[in-house]
Amino acid sequence: MTEISKIVEDTAVELLRIAVTELPTEYVKVLEEAMEETEGAVGKAQLTNILENVVIARENSKPMCQDTGIVAFMVKLGDGFPLRSEVREILIKATRRATEEVPLRPNAVDMFKGNTRDNVGLNGHVPIIYFDLVEGDDLELIALPKGGGSTNIAAHRMLKPGLGMKGVKQFVIEALSNAGSLGCPPYFVGVGIGGGEDLCMKLAKEALLKPFRVRSEYQKVAAIEAELLEKVNELGIGAMGLGEGPTALDLHVKMAARHPASLPVGVVISCWALRHARAVISSDGEVEIDKSV
Amino acid sequence: MDYHLKTPVPEDEIRKLKMGDLVYVTGTVITARDEAHLKALELHEKGEKLPVDFKDVGVFHCGPIMKKVDGEWTVIAAGPTTSARMEIFQDNFIETFRPALIIGKGGMGDRTSKACQEYGCAYGAFTGGAALLAARGIKKVREVHWLEELGMPECLWVYDVEDFGPMIITIDTHGNNMTQDVKEQVTARMEKIMAEMEG
Repeated sequence: MTEISKIVEDTAVELLRIAVTELPTEYVKVLEEAMEETEGAVGKAQLTNILENVVIARENSKPMCQDTGIVAFMVKLGDGFPLRSEVREILIKATRRATEEVPLRPNAVDMFKGNTRDNVGLNGHVPIIYFDLVEGDDLELIALPKGGGSTNIAAHRMLKPGLGMKGVKQFVIEALSNAGSLGCPPYFVGVGIGGGEDLCMKLAKEALLKPFRVRSEYQKVAAIEAELLEKVNELGIGAMGLGEGPTALDLHVKMAARHPASLPVGVVISCWALRHARAVISSDGEVEIDKSV
Repeated sequence: MDYHLKTPVPEDEIRKLKMGDLVYVTGTVITARDEAHLKALELHEKGEKLPVDFKDVGVFHCGPIMKKVDGEWTVIAAGPTTSARMEIFQDNFIETFRPALIIGKGGMGDRTSKACQEYGCAYGAFTGGAALLAARGIKKVREVHWLEELGMPECLWVYDVEDFGPMIITIDTHGNNMTQDVKEQVTARMEKIMAEMEG
């Protein structure tokens, strides 16, 4: 194995370890503030438990939640980076290793043969890898293992274009109301609008990782984000769906152009443990791990 | 009120619990999720004996991360999974196996609530994602069943637990269901927000 492949593999394992064991400090701070501000004992207790759990995870380098999710990587492959298609195999190998070493829970199920036991399977689709070709010489890797509970409450609808932005906003509120207690709130919400039946979901997933509590660079989108975040919290689902404490910590919208006849909307929701870690690997193998959000 | 229960938990102790109470359990807790519920009920229907007895103990909706260290199974992380998935057969399960407590997260619906009322069972909500807090209360892995067939997250893990908690009682034997109450309030607020939404 060439040295650079080994560096990418080791980095991917490390990113999975960081993602599942260390909740970004920015999120912890906001959860702490929420705990202080929550008046009801039930909600306060939920947030206290979350925070205590996060500390144990970090101190012992253990997964904060037993559901370490379906493993996903978002890859930005620079034109000048020495590896190309082999990155896929390297990330699959890293997933197998992380399953043993971190450890991660084996979460890849073959409907006919059962659990594959190594988080890899079927037909090369899992781990999920999103490739993007970019300018430059670096490889950017984001590990985003996402649990089943909050994955199950994602929502998708092809709206009639005549319903417009009001219809989109109503759908988001409906999706969060339906999510209720099921996906471990307080939530992070990603909304994708336009593109097509599949792209809106991908945009929604990517929106989860937009800079924390930084509103969109587009003024109109920023206003929609602020309005939706406020209204989602007005639903009053609360921590763990017990009616006290925040419902959502952040909400981002990503948009694409749509077909004249279509208005696709995707809503992707993360539990309080929005686990992710990012690294940039230069063409000569230098690794920079970035834990900010 | 705070309660420290010991398994086997007599039915009258479960009937004392009220929605909002905090509960800690010492004794036996057995993990079971979708596949294990299904298999247990299927075996029972065929008249076959189960490798575990759920009577008067805690049934934990959990698919843990386990690791074999020096030949012994140890718990790495063991938080609750979304209980709502088990709503389709939990009432049947409670009636058939008569557990004392169902432990999970996210709450359960009317069918489970009714079965709890009828057969003296309660639902304890453990904070979702707090897998290491939960693991702290697990002192020993006593047995494992159906591991080969169902895999680590879905099989039956039998744990010896000590002061496992805190769990908040969200379904009691008196017909109360906290999650359902919140859900109704959320739906009412949603309808209001939707009606007032501007373009």
